Amino acid sequence: MIIYGVALLSACLVAGLYLGELLGSLIGVQANVGGVGIAMLLLIVIHNLPRFRHLTTGPSAGGITFWSAMYIPIVVAMAARQNVVGALDGGLLAIAAGVGAVVVSFALIPLMSRIGTAPAGNAEPDDD
Amino acid sequence: MTELVDVITANQLIVAFAVVGIIMWFSYWLTDTLTGGRIHGSAIAIVIGLVLAWVGGTRAGGSRGIADIEIFAGIGLMGGAMFRDFAIVATAFGVDWHELKRAGIAGTVSIFAGVVVSFVVGALVAVGFGYSDPVAITTIGAGAVTYIVGPVTGAAIGAGSEVIALSVAAGLAKSILVMTSTPAVAKLIGLDNPQAAMVFGGLMGTTSGVTAGLAATDPKLVPYGAMTATFYTGVGCLLVPSVLFLVVRGMLA
Repeated sequence: MIIYGVALLSACLVAGLYLGELLGSLIGVQANVGGVGIAMLLLIVIHNLPRFRHLTTGPSAGGITFWSAMYIPIVVAMAARQNVVGALDGGLLAIAAGVGAVVVSFALIPLMSRIGTAPAGNAEPDDD
Repeated sequence: MTELVDVITANQLIVAFAVVGIIMWFSYWLTDTLTGGRIHGSAIAIVIGLVLAWVGGTRAGGSRGIADIEIFAGIGLMGGAMFRDFAIVATAFGVDWHELKRAGIAGTVSIFAGVVVSFVVGALVAVGFGYSDPVAITTIGAGAVTYIVGPVTGAAIGAGSEVIALSVAAGLAKSILVMTSTPAVAKLIGLDNPQAAMVFGGLMGTTSGVTAGLAATDPKLVPYGAMTATFYTGVGCLLVPSVLFLVVRGMLA
């Protein structure tokens, strides 16, 4: 059933966000530390466990792939609710700080993408 | 007319689905007819979204773009953190576990490097604009990390509200720039594989910027970038008000 996939997805997100909050208060930070990332890891792990196969295959999978396909429209809605006026109101300083951070970070991507790629790392056995 | 407005305001989220659908259709029509498909339809849709956000912000004067206009309020829910995070997690369904592991170290290093680099650039810009108070410089640098790290840092080290507002604006400028410029520079910086996407997410860190930028570049890369980006703000909130603030204060003393 489709709802099984949707329910699994929401369980992963809630669990991940909760762990992210716990991690945040553990290191004394007023922010959710990696909650969404943890939720993604949970989903990937469960997807690979035979025991939960009925939640991630067949019609149930449709409940997950639907939301994955809704991702871009949701991002468009997210763009439409950004505080664009606030960014422009910050004036030259705010824009310069933002632009500078982006330009320097972009320049670093080709360098950092090479970390750890020297030895071909595909020798790991498939741990399905 | 009032009946129509009543129906729309009573079904905000449903209306948002239709509105975003129309934006998507229009964007793909534009990209096919004007650019022959060379610019990604979703890139155009995101830019249209940002323009609408600007229109909404100037008309309604709020901080939530078009969502502050009542009949478009559902856009606020659809594009808010709840649905965004739900959809991001769903994209992980297609993730290759081995790619994730292989890029793990580069991705992790990039989170820390990204926080420090953005902070330093933001702090230097603040100095360049004549700031000499370590609290203000640190807060503005924090804003260049993300628009969440800015106010969190400002509150923690006692910055004034004007400086905090500046730091939020710097973070917003960064986020919007990442959204719009990523598809244009992707080829130049080699952003075409999972490992580069994880590094990109870690270096940029703004979840909205990274996820929208990758969506407009190659949707298959979204989960890899999102994975590292969601750790970035937490690391920023950890490092900036503590270590990096002490460094700035030490250098100015």
